[in-house]
Amino acid sequence: MNWLNAVVAGVLVGGLYALYATGLSVSFGVMRLVNLAHGDLAVMAAFLSSTLVLSAGGSPFWTILVLLPVGFLVGLALQRVVFDRLVGVDPAFQIVATFGLSIVIQNALLRVYSADRRALDVGKLKVDSVSIGDLSIGVFPLLRFLVAVAVLVSLSLFLGRTKLGRAFRATSDDPVAARLMGINNRTIYMVATGIAVSTVFLAGVFNGAQTNFATSDGPGLLIFAFEAVIIGGLGSLWGTLAGGIVLGLAQTLGAEQFTDWPSQLFGHVLFLVVLAVRPNGLFGRVEA
Amino acid sequence: MGAVIEVDAVSKRFGALAVIEELSFSLEEGEALGVVGPNGAGKTTTLNMIAGDFRPSGGSIRFDGQDVTGFSAYRRCKLGIGRTSQIPRPFEGLTVFENVLVGASFGGAHRGHVARDLAVDALRRTGMISKANVRAGQLTLLERKRLELSRALAAEPKVLLLDEIAGGLTDGEVQELVETIKSIHASGVSVIWIEHIVHALLKVVDRMLAMDCGRVLVQGDPHEVMASDEVKNVYLGSED
Repeated sequence: MNWLNAVVAGVLVGGLYALYATGLSVSFGVMRLVNLAHGDLAVMAAFLSSTLVLSAGGSPFWTILVLLPVGFLVGLALQRVVFDRLVGVDPAFQIVATFGLSIVIQNALLRVYSADRRALDVGKLKVDSVSIGDLSIGVFPLLRFLVAVAVLVSLSLFLGRTKLGRAFRATSDDPVAARLMGINNRTIYMVATGIAVSTVFLAGVFNGAQTNFATSDGPGLLIFAFEAVIIGGLGSLWGTLAGGIVLGLAQTLGAEQFTDWPSQLFGHVLFLVVLAVRPNGLFGRVEA
Repeated sequence: MGAVIEVDAVSKRFGALAVIEELSFSLEEGEALGVVGPNGAGKTTTLNMIAGDFRPSGGSIRFDGQDVTGFSAYRRCKLGIGRTSQIPRPFEGLTVFENVLVGASFGGAHRGHVARDLAVDALRRTGMISKANVRAGQLTLLERKRLELSRALAAEPKVLLLDEIAGGLTDGEVQELVETIKSIHASGVSVIWIEHIVHALLKVVDRMLAMDCGRVLVQGDPHEVMASDEVKNVYLGSED
């Protein structure tokens, strides 16, 4: 791999990280909630997709059409049953409760699917690439990146242009004042978690089509999502995309330079540097 | 006709501390009621309970004859109880227009151009139309107070609860705000206004209620209430 290829690969894998991170960014932006079970939800989606493919056949892509609304409903239920109790209280409760949720999901998946690794088969698409001179671009990573950008553009339009989107931003700014303006916060929180789980389900399917997965992979995926959000800056959707891309670039460029080292290491190091030097993230709003 | 807000034997305790005790008063439709009293008298707590920020420990609150004691704040806003906060709390990341639009489209439950027209109208009435596209975080104190007012207005309230909206403003600014509130009241909105700046209150309100220690001290004609011995005692601390 040459440097240009490494840059392109880094940007494209950044799309996947951004897709993971979108849900975390939305949850944190709207209700200051960090869900430690976020990665486990992605793994759950990959397993659900494989079940659907095994029973009904076809490519994993059609299962996305089922999993997006299912993810939304799972989000509504999670908000009502678990997260509603965690908003506006000591963050320690969030950590304990969502860490517990993570354990519950992992063990439920283990019970149903066993510890064997699985993969979602997208056939030739996984290895197809287009070449431009020396540059070789994987079709699947490109598709994944475009989906991530499409999700972020849609969310950004939703937040900026719609009535419900304004209510999201108002609630994020001041939940008490929002209530006094006639906004039902609980509805806003439910929709936010619905969106968060839908997007992480989408990310889970794309990840499952890229590499094989097992029931215990969730926390590892959470780390990438978390790093993308922190590097990009909390509460900024475009920052999340940028954070994903910067994380991807750190990994591919680091691996290009130091071939003996695991690529994730460079992402983790960059994350720590950003935390130390710019804790608000590269593109985050500075808190007054 | 009739009372639009009825506060009936309402109490509020925070732990062992009783802030409001068996408080009863009412607001007639179209009336402007001023509320005065020393700090800690329970004025803001009373307003919070009418707006639904928190529930009374005892007693009931009726709006338009309907018992709203168990209703959450957003439902009361939709019914027609508007409210401004002592410390303005604009949505700082939104523009002034968006702030007001939120009031019109959620509190007022309107859509599309109806909501936009309402928002524009509320901005005109409060003199904020020239700031429509400014981010609310960049406003001055007077502008923030005006924004509070226009946001509440855009939700088409029948009753407007004002909590020390003139506090911290210069005399000139208070004068401007008084004119705005007068015109809102003249358009048929009932008002409960808590304020320490008594001369501002006297220009607007039809009736005055003085509170102390969570109870009604005296109520009636604004000038008579302010001249009463009870109010003088509370403010001047005389012991006779």
